[in-house]
Amino acid sequence: MHEMSLAEGMREIIVDNAAKHNAKRISRVRVEIGRFAGVEKDALSFAFDVVMRGSPAEGAELVMIDLPGRANCFGCGETVQIEDRLDPCPRCGSLQLMPDGGDEMRIKDLEVA
Amino acid sequence: MCTVCGCGEATVEGQKGRGHSHGHSHDHGHDHDHHHSHDHHHHDQFHVHHEGDNVHYGKGDAGVDVAGMSQDRLIEIETGILSKNDRYAAANREALTALGAFAVNLVSSPGSGKTTLLCKTIEALGDQPLAVIEGDQQTANDADRIRATGAKAIQVNTGKGCHLDGHMIGHAMEHLDLARGAMLFIENVGNLVCPAGFDLGEDCKVAILSVTEGEDKPLKYPDMFTASRIALLNKVDLAPHCDVDLDLYEENLRRINPTIEIIRVSARTGEGLGDWVAWLRSNLAAKTATEAAE
Repeated sequence: MHEMSLAEGMREIIVDNAAKHNAKRISRVRVEIGRFAGVEKDALSFAFDVVMRGSPAEGAELVMIDLPGRANCFGCGETVQIEDRLDPCPRCGSLQLMPDGGDEMRIKDLEVA
Repeated sequence: MCTVCGCGEATVEGQKGRGHSHGHSHDHGHDHDHHHSHDHHHHDQFHVHHEGDNVHYGKGDAGVDVAGMSQDRLIEIETGILSKNDRYAAANREALTALGAFAVNLVSSPGSGKTTLLCKTIEALGDQPLAVIEGDQQTANDADRIRATGAKAIQVNTGKGCHLDGHMIGHAMEHLDLARGAMLFIENVGNLVCPAGFDLGEDCKVAILSVTEGEDKPLKYPDMFTASRIALLNKVDLAPHCDVDLDLYEENLRRINPTIEIIRVSARTGEGLGDWVAWLRSNLAAKTATEAAE
């Protein structure tokens, strides 16, 4: 849904950092995306290609690194790792889980060509 | 384009022209500094590939190894993609705290009854100082409805944008001249997806869910209900006509967010409005008390 907005945010950060480091061209951008960040990776990949046109990262490869989803279980009180937001607790089977991590959306690094 | 949201076409009603004017002075406390705690390093890396017992130096991007020269350079950033929005939101939050004002971000699907509920809430709050920021893609219809109650309202049209962001709210707040100890209601664009990710500087999100939407809505759109502190289950007067199970609505809300508070309301009959208004007043009192203690 808002992947285009995210790509716009990325472009701004990339343009700033490329200028700061005198990098004319960026060949690869690595981002870390948490499982619960609500990011549709295909959509972000498409938006990235479109939004980076005319920037130093035009044509750059976008590498998305998955970060796991973490949640506090209200059944057993443990912090557990889950794949899907609606998964039951892998320890006790409770369905009442509150996300505790996995909503990250970070640009990790840029590779200068 | 001035924020992360791609909101170049957003307009604050009353301001001429499209897009945000960057000619104005940013005297509203928005921090344009960068707070990155990480230094920016260059990492000169030699690309050495190990394949079994073989070590290759020529398999890097450049396909050749030149002693003393890196094949590429990494710029470490470690910056949140929404960090710019988060800085605007933090500035808004600071401004609200300084005023001892309590702000809620009302989020829901289109048609859940946010504006009607808000109009009734404003009437019920009587002489409590308050203001409203209305977010929609187009039209000032909602702000007009709020103004008809006598309350001050600013309409923000997001153009093609699917959510309000911290920068838009900062601008809107400049126009509101909020009173000390006021309540600020931000009615977000009707959308259960995108507004969940954008902090506006509010004290909390309030999810509004009408009984005509289906008991499984919290399961279908978990992020928004996870991000909200309280859910208002609206249009409960229609429940007998819609074959819905109100308890199941609550069960699904608590599955997604075990700590969420829930109030059943009807803007039409006034049911539950007293509890909702009491909740607002107690949260405002708590915020004002915290501010006074500091």
